[in-house]
Amino acid sequence: MNVELSRRGFLKVGGAGVAATSLGAMGFSEAEAAVAAHVRPLKLANTTETRNTCPYCSVACGVILYAKGDVRKGERAEIIHVEGDADHPTNLGTLCPKGAALKDFIQAPTRLQHPMWRKPGSDRFERISWDQALDRIARLMKEDRDANFVAKNEAGVPVNRWTTTGFLAASATTNETAWATFKVVKALGIVGFDNQARV
Amino acid sequence: MTNSWTDIRNTDLVVVMGGNAAEAHPCGFKWVTEAKAHRGAKLIVVDPRYTRTASVSDFYAPIRQGTDIAFLLGVIKYCIDNDKVQWEYTKAFTNASYIVKEGFGYSDGLFTGYDEEKRDYNRTTWDYEIGEDGFAVTDPTLQHPRCVWNLLKQHVAVYTPEMVERICGTPRDKFLRVAQMISECSSPTKTMTSMYALGWTQHSHGAQNIRAMAMLQLILGNIGVRGGGMNALRGHSNIQGLTDIGLMSHLLTGYLNMPTEQETDFEIYMRSRQFRPLRPGQTSYWQNYRKFMVSFQKAMWGDAATAENQWGYEFLPKLDVPAYDVLRMFELMGAGRVNGYFCQGFNPMLAFPNRGKITASLSKLKFLVTMDPLETETARFWENHGEYNEVDTRSIQTEVFQLPTTCFAEEEGSLTNSGRWLQWHWAGGSPPGEAKHDTWIMAQIFLRMRELYRKEGGAFPDPILNLSWNYHDPNEPEPEELAKEINGRALTDLSDPADPSRVQVAAGKQLLNFSQLRDDGSTMCGVWIYSGCWNEAGNNMARRGTEDPDGTGAYLNWSFAWPLNRRTLYNRASADLQGRPWDPSRKLLEWDGTKWTGYDVPDIAPTARPDQVMPFIMNQEGVSRLFTRGMLRDGPFPAHMEPFESPVPNVMNPRMRGNPVARVFQSDLSQFGNADEFPFAATSYRLTEHFHYWTKHNRVNAALQPEFFVEISEELAALRQVVNGGWVRVWSKRGSVKAKAVVTKRIRPLNCDGRVVHVVGIPLHWGFVGAAKKGFGPNSLSPFVGDANIETPEYKAFLVNLEPTTAPGVQS
Repeated sequence: MNVELSRRGFLKVGGAGVAATSLGAMGFSEAEAAVAAHVRPLKLANTTETRNTCPYCSVACGVILYAKGDVRKGERAEIIHVEGDADHPTNLGTLCPKGAALKDFIQAPTRLQHPMWRKPGSDRFERISWDQALDRIARLMKEDRDANFVAKNEAGVPVNRWTTTGFLAASATTNETAWATFKVVKALGIVGFDNQARV
Repeated sequence: MTNSWTDIRNTDLVVVMGGNAAEAHPCGFKWVTEAKAHRGAKLIVVDPRYTRTASVSDFYAPIRQGTDIAFLLGVIKYCIDNDKVQWEYTKAFTNASYIVKEGFGYSDGLFTGYDEEKRDYNRTTWDYEIGEDGFAVTDPTLQHPRCVWNLLKQHVAVYTPEMVERICGTPRDKFLRVAQMISECSSPTKTMTSMYALGWTQHSHGAQNIRAMAMLQLILGNIGVRGGGMNALRGHSNIQGLTDIGLMSHLLTGYLNMPTEQETDFEIYMRSRQFRPLRPGQTSYWQNYRKFMVSFQKAMWGDAATAENQWGYEFLPKLDVPAYDVLRMFELMGAGRVNGYFCQGFNPMLAFPNRGKITASLSKLKFLVTMDPLETETARFWENHGEYNEVDTRSIQTEVFQLPTTCFAEEEGSLTNSGRWLQWHWAGGSPPGEAKHDTWIMAQIFLRMRELYRKEGGAFPDPILNLSWNYHDPNEPEPEELAKEINGRALTDLSDPADPSRVQVAAGKQLLNFSQLRDDGSTMCGVWIYSGCWNEAGNNMARRGTEDPDGTGAYLNWSFAWPLNRRTLYNRASADLQGRPWDPSRKLLEWDGTKWTGYDVPDIAPTARPDQVMPFIMNQEGVSRLFTRGMLRDGPFPAHMEPFESPVPNVMNPRMRGNPVARVFQSDLSQFGNADEFPFAATSYRLTEHFHYWTKHNRVNAALQPEFFVEISEELAALRQVVNGGWVRVWSKRGSVKAKAVVTKRIRPLNCDGRVVHVVGIPLHWGFVGAAKKGFGPNSLSPFVGDANIETPEYKAFLVNLEPTTAPGVQS
């Protein structure tokens, strides 16, 4: 299980109105349990909680994503709230003005929905299917690689580099994505390969 | 970071110079606040602006941007002159006693061997004397005139408080107060931490800025100890990870190097990577390079990497230049020599200098592919947005693909933070529309390319056809599968080196860590420094133990830190030559007579005797380097260099422009401005309300800081008759922007060598897409030149002019 019973999870159980006897067993007095039983269940009570980390700076604050729906069960899940993870040793639940607004990044109106294509000289993007886009990209890459690949230098030494197509990698992707990206780009012989660390 | 965010609680003095942690890393800065509140720690800020970090500091000193080396060498001189040196540490753990070759020298701002034509040094004299025994010659008494210590003393002699004031514009009394506070940390029981960021890296001499502070920290004995260290506060959530994994032109994984075309076969490649110890009995851990390299090659090409084909050495591209870094690529693109370009989560149109050149270069591409969760200016570089993007759309023949990707909340995997913690996270939401994971996209591109090469043949298909791609679903490798490859596994049964009759690791099992790697092809490992992240114990990156014995801030059971779950690098240096902690109240490690014990994973062999094996095990010397031999292109010591665009001449050598060995492309030479035409010193920075060009897409952050502005002093406002909140035009030799003016007391004119220097502050968060108002960034103005060693662009110091103007779209 990815999400252990956190302090927050514990409170959620309380907020959901568990019987007074079990609350008592958890250390609540009867009076507190009576109050808890009358409180409206928290809006987050029926959400799925997921541990994540803030994608912005390198402090890597722990965050908890609250979603309607559960992706682990194959459901469509919409994130409705993001907050700091109180169990995280670095941020101890706090978030900065950027991290506190993460939900707005996830749901930004300018989140991209579909692959888009701009033809040479055109003044607009148009929809294209994934298959069409990827087939066309692979074809363009192969044409360029076959035409410009440097197999040997002037001294006849094998150098096997491809300098006419470059690749910038994203330093907000995971290490696992980075490793997959590294494998593909280096195997193709692309040498114009950097990430934000260069800047 | 050598240390971790949570370790900052252990410090006595925080120096924030070349950064602004309170704004850019607020929740990490919390640990500065903790140290101040609970240890009585002090905070010093040295910056051209009175930043929000400065506003909570104990002492603030202004400095002209680009002059940090002069300031820091001044502090080193102060410490030497006042005997504020951690002597035992400096003598034992640095190369202070090493004798440098005859002929090495420094004069007129240049080291020995300068060739003006080549803009390069002949670095042969920048090295140690090697004795007949093959080891470096040392003089532990530090009497030899050419020992590193005496050369350093000589080198810093010119950086008097008066000289620091002339160059940096820091008033003498303020400099002396900072120097005095720092020098107190030479006590073995006082530590200082350096927290820096792009304020130090984005200079044509960025690497030397950082070296200057590292040297200061070494002579104060502050490296490897709790509350000490050199702490690079990195900019993105996984910029550390992508650097570690080697997604750079000149790197392979784990800081292995890309081969050059001089290294025509594997044995020649390995010949310069023997890493024999330079002193008797030292570790020189890079001696294991071959194991890391062969295991990496096996991870890439599996069974196709054999002893016979030198583990597929031919499959690796060979470089003919130090790197095809981003500046070189855009230079080539502008010259029509690049046809295709991919931007995965990257917005070069706002991130790279001299935007005019970037746009012109992108316009010459045949095809551009962007992969991003958000709209970017780069994906729409061809779209006319009036004065915010004045392009002739029809003439731009570039074919553009904009591919929608997932964001953090919709994906699973690990990110490596600044403190080298690999933290696993899980997907909580579903991607919007047709957005896909980056891994899926990369797999699709790879599988299509492989299929095309299978069917049609073409240029050198071998590395593509043979790339190891054995995943449960080749269309989308799972994070777990990739993480396990990164960790590495045994390919055959590995016999135990101590008892060959025993199997140490059975074939197919995950390796415990990189100590089990072999150079005979029997192990594979994607990224050796990460080995241990997912071994037979499971996913160590997902660990969530919050226990912290004695409150050291180590949190050894939280996530996994590379290397080997070690939290403080060089931690053996926290103890003296008998293995006793310098500060018993801040013990990290201790020698118990037979082995090292303590709060962290020892950064040395557990049984290495403290009086014999020195702590800097990655160096051939076993000790740290005050003098860095020929390893950096621009000097074995840092020396004062002006930015390429400086408001004042270099006092050491008025003829010298910028870094004398930094690469300058011919086409950019005429694009440098001079102080007579561009009199003001500009710098760039972030605001706490924004993250680069992402958060302008968020309504909340866009509302918090809705529009582009520049910050200027009251004096400059009066000089140029600018009113607070009025529109100004700011221009450099390369471009022009319009901005609202914020007239502030936070920026004050500096007095450098009798000249008044006005500073213009330019934040970097606006473009022409998103929820915020349209605006510009500093890259419309900044120069196309980078650091001499690593090519990080000089964003932090350049020249501009400024005048009042009217709002965009309004004729004046």
